[in-house]
Amino acid sequence: MTQVTPSPRPQAGLIARLSRARPTKPGEIYGVPGQGNTLWLSAFSIALFFAVWWLVTAMGWVKPLFVPAPMTIVTKFFAVWNEGFTGTPFLSHLMISTVRVFGAFLLACVIGLPLGLAMGMSPVMRGLFDPPIEFYRPIPPLAYLPLMIIWFGIGETSKVLLIFLSVFAPIVLGARSGVKSAAIEQIHAAYSFGATRWQVLRFVIMPSAMPEILTAMRVGIGFGWTTLVAAEMVAATKGLGYMVLSASQFLQTPVVIMGIFVIAIIAFAFDLLMRFVERRVVPWKGRM
Amino acid sequence: MGLIIDDVSVVFPAADGRPPVSALSKINLTIDDDEFVVALGASGCGKSTLLNLIAGFLSPSTGTLNLGGHRVEGPGADRAVVFQKHALLPWLNVLDNVAFGLQIQGVNKAQRYETANKFVGLLGLDGFQKAPVYKLSGGMQQRVGIARALTCDPQILLMDEPLGALDALTREKAQELILRIWRDTHKSIFFITHSVEEALFMGTKLVVMSPRPGRITHTFDLPFSRRYLDGMPARQVKASPEFIRLREDVLKIIFADEEASA
Ligand SMILES: Nc1ncnc2c1ncn2[C@@H]1O[C@H](COP(=O)(O)OP(=O)(O)OP(=O)(O)O)[C@@H](O)[C@H]1O
Ligand SMILES: [Mg+2]
Repeated sequence: MTQVTPSPRPQAGLIARLSRARPTKPGEIYGVPGQGNTLWLSAFSIALFFAVWWLVTAMGWVKPLFVPAPMTIVTKFFAVWNEGFTGTPFLSHLMISTVRVFGAFLLACVIGLPLGLAMGMSPVMRGLFDPPIEFYRPIPPLAYLPLMIIWFGIGETSKVLLIFLSVFAPIVLGARSGVKSAAIEQIHAAYSFGATRWQVLRFVIMPSAMPEILTAMRVGIGFGWTTLVAAEMVAATKGLGYMVLSASQFLQTPVVIMGIFVIAIIAFAFDLLMRFVERRVVPWKGRM
Repeated sequence: MGLIIDDVSVVFPAADGRPPVSALSKINLTIDDDEFVVALGASGCGKSTLLNLIAGFLSPSTGTLNLGGHRVEGPGADRAVVFQKHALLPWLNVLDNVAFGLQIQGVNKAQRYETANKFVGLLGLDGFQKAPVYKLSGGMQQRVGIARALTCDPQILLMDEPLGALDALTREKAQELILRIWRDTHKSIFFITHSVEEALFMGTKLVVMSPRPGRITHTFDLPFSRRYLDGMPARQVKASPEFIRLREDVLKIIFADEEASA
């Protein structure tokens, strides 16, 4: 007698059907989490955002003081572009903020990348520098802003330093963990050709750390823009952060929102640039 | 002069509550110039440990290793390692990967590309010099690894399961390629594999190892690679009654080990 084993019952319920993985289209890989093109959905979400914004203001559901109409923002932008804000041309505001953020960012790279690599390579360096960095990293910049002012005054130093500190930690930590990216076989291969420790660092560890370093730079500069407004709370007379802050004191909501958009757009543009650089510099990322 | 491994033992100290591991115990082995030594044995019998000793990544707990009359103390360019995988540098193209060892040794660009090109050709990679290595198939990547190991003119090539990740057909082709390169370059080779057939086909000497403690239990002299290089087709070598008989004998030894440890 042959035993007939019952074939597994087809899943019936709606939930069961929805939660089952579907076969993928050619060109995709079955089961990769979150794959698929999101461009159209993103465009839709942005369009929806503006549509709701427009609707809410056009119907007069909220006062313009709280939410001005989208067109008001655009008009305001051109007004500020032509006439400046508090007597300073718009481009000066833009320039000074950009210089502060990028200055702090470059400084953080120049100091942070070698330090991070050294911490990854040497237990001595790691032992010495881990505690201070881990100590200050989670503190919100606004909390140590007063200290910066007391120590470094209200000039550019404390502003740039504040931004620097917020960029520095992610860059150091990125470089430090990037050191671990090299496969032990790659390192052994270099040593077996007679490489010195320095050559291993230069020819194997640093290149293989590049993906993580670039990601860390991307994250770092994001933190920089996040801290900009806090930094420009310190007796600034120029800058996008200053513009937003002082406009808010005079209840000029359109300028506040316009400033927010300008900061967001610059930060996003730089993020796109970094992603482009990433594709050019480390096309091999995650492929071996 | 060759490589002389004299009474070498390796004990990994106890860690995480596990007892110390006697990975190798009293290993004696010589690898003469021009010899192709294959190590075979159950998983965990210390093959990789032995290779790491020869490469100089690990120093023996007791005993000595001598290569060409010099004591082995740390890695050096007289020994080149071909790894199973992950050892190429994906940010370099094929030619730069092959030239990597020469770059480490400070050879100027024109000269190292000339040498590298020679080995690129020898391994059948002509036309792929500028290709990124991460776009190559597994078999081609492995050939890049072998070419890279050869450029620095080592006395001995160390290979830890270099063909383990390849499909059957590519693997047989790679075996034949390695044998021809071995004949043409006159290197000695220490080769680790899990495949009994591969071991018998490639080696001039086979050492079978046993775990706990890792030791060499059997040594065989092998004639088969010579037959292939003298013109007999590879499949015919592998199908000969003598080959099959030896293959079954060796399998019996290894299965006995597996059962004893299971
Ligand atoms: N760094 C280490 N620390 C502690 N024990 C180790 C270490 N490396 C290897 N061992 C132990 O030594 C023994 C031999 O390991 P080895 O890697 O040489 O085996 P192998 O023969 O290469 O195995 P496989 O065929 O699976 O590659 C194993 O029991 C392993 O657990
Ligand atoms: Mg092994």
